[in-house]
Amino acid sequence: MLRLEPRSAPSRAMVWLSPLLALVITVAFGVAIFLAMGKSPLHGLSMFFWEPLKNAYSLSELALKASPLILIGLGLAACYRSNVWNIGAEGQYIVGAIFGGGVALLAGDNTSHAIVLPILLAGVVGGMVWAALVAALRDWFNANEILVSLMLVYVAQYLLDYLVYGPWKDPEGYNFPQTKIFADPALLGHLIEGTRLNWGFPIALVAVALVWVFLFRSVQGFRLQVGGLAPGAARYAGYSSRKALWTVLLMSGGFAGLAGSLDAIGPLQQLTPQVSQGYGFAAIIVAFVGRLNPVGIVLSGALMAMFYIGGELAQSRLGLPNAMTGVFQGLLLFSLLACDTLIHHRIRFKR
Amino acid sequence: MDMTASLIATTLSAGTPLALAALGLLINEKSGVVNLGAEGMMLMAAVIGFAVALHTGNQWVAFGAGAVAGALLAGALGLLVIWLNTNQYATGLALTLFGAGLSAFIGIDYVGKTLPNFQPLDIPVLSQLPFFGPALFRHHLMVYLTIVLAIGLIWFFDRTRAGLVLRAVGESPESAHALGYPVRRIRLLALMCGGALVGVAGAYLSVIYTPLWVQGMTAGRGWIALALTTFATWRPARVLLGAYLFGGVTMLQFFFQGSGMQVPSQFLSMLPYIATIVVLALMSRNPLWIRINMPSSIGKPFTPGG
Repeated sequence: MLRLEPRSAPSRAMVWLSPLLALVITVAFGVAIFLAMGKSPLHGLSMFFWEPLKNAYSLSELALKASPLILIGLGLAACYRSNVWNIGAEGQYIVGAIFGGGVALLAGDNTSHAIVLPILLAGVVGGMVWAALVAALRDWFNANEILVSLMLVYVAQYLLDYLVYGPWKDPEGYNFPQTKIFADPALLGHLIEGTRLNWGFPIALVAVALVWVFLFRSVQGFRLQVGGLAPGAARYAGYSSRKALWTVLLMSGGFAGLAGSLDAIGPLQQLTPQVSQGYGFAAIIVAFVGRLNPVGIVLSGALMAMFYIGGELAQSRLGLPNAMTGVFQGLLLFSLLACDTLIHHRIRFKR
Repeated sequence: MDMTASLIATTLSAGTPLALAALGLLINEKSGVVNLGAEGMMLMAAVIGFAVALHTGNQWVAFGAGAVAGALLAGALGLLVIWLNTNQYATGLALTLFGAGLSAFIGIDYVGKTLPNFQPLDIPVLSQLPFFGPALFRHHLMVYLTIVLAIGLIWFFDRTRAGLVLRAVGESPESAHALGYPVRRIRLLALMCGGALVGVAGAYLSVIYTPLWVQGMTAGRGWIALALTTFATWRPARVLLGAYLFGGVTMLQFFFQGSGMQVPSQFLSMLPYIATIVVLALMSRNPLWIRINMPSSIGKPFTPGG
């Protein structure tokens, strides 16, 4: 019989091998699904793992999709490191898009291009407001942040629905629930001619560096991680768990809101009820698969973006449901958590 | 039908899936395991229940399929959190994300299909009573079974040896282990039983409550059910009351709309979620109130001899 035995020291190799192993398991399931659907697995897998990488244009699309995932994942990693279970980034992203989009609607054709800055700032504020609700309810009422942040996702979605079906609806939009397309000055320009890549990607990379410094080189970052790992020790050292709670929630809300506003004036160019494609939830997986490490999050963000692009391609070219993306994402996290057991345990064969 | 009677009737039927799921999660939590996968499990059970009801034309087979789906997914969750000691929050979330994706994947062929109309149960004589008849006695059998279940759980936890052991496993797994009880097996069993109930709740949603399949149709009911266990402070009777309260809030929006009040429908649709937050905050404010019944080892892994 197979038995798990604790290792005397965590395996350093497994820390890196576990995500790869999880990916292998996920791919194996993918092959099984393709076979079950009567599609060629090789063809199917190429949609996910080759098409998104095959040329410069595909790579630029990958970077475009990965940027919001990386930004949101960074904030969530800070939360989870300090044991704050914010799983409502989806709502914070949507409110960021609403706030940013609201400012963008004010722009006309003659507005200065500098309006992009207030738009992004509004996005950050929007995400922070939504996350602050979670922090406040947790801090003042001791309400469980998992449930509160999640309920706020539904509230945010209805708020967005209200705006695009109601006061913000484009009168010339043939009664579709959507705002008018934002004026040119409010839109993010393309960084490279012929691609849709915009400033979101460089901003995400800068954020990676900032969060890395914050987590691993600042006293604040150290304190909140101690609070997450050893609350007792943190209390003894006089580190405030309240301060950590507010810091990480405002930070992750701000990042998610920034991502929302970047997408609104980037690829989307208007608000519709489908502003988010589940980026807030996918970013939870990004954070975990990236080992809650900013650099790892860049890689896992790219991987998750591959799943998104692959899912779209599998839909348009193979006629497979787009929900494949979600299946792969959930499977990846599930197998990662299982594989992580091998960091602290080894498998022994025993009779 | 009398307006009040109809409000009571719709409240009972809207509260039933919440109550079923929350009672299942209560069993999980009493054994010390938090199940954040509930939303995903409900979705999976909903799509499987719908498919089975469509192919067999039998609602009870559909409920059974939902229960099996819920129990199996809970078993998978259990293997990870109970034997591999993975983080209960992260693993449950993974299950929810997986369930949301896979249910949409499976359900793609079922969108737009309609089920035969499964008639509610008309209790003879009683259903003919004025007011009380339409309000209380013309429901689906599952509505009454849910009430029986809650009473049964009160009896189980307070009066039976098995219930006592289950509570001991959730309160102090170390002591239960020292007394010779197989803590991990009991937890797995509790998780799977609770999962089966969550599954029945999912199947009830897609087969009876709104007899259709739409992607993401549980609309957060799995999460609301989780919140219900907290503000019921882990008491089955309060879970039942809480579920009907929420069923009522869900129904209130239709009455607002019917009354001609000029409130945008989206704000009314927000009500159940906002109510969850508000009630959760009010209940959590008093730590004593919460802790007095909370299973002490909730969310914590246990390794025998570890």
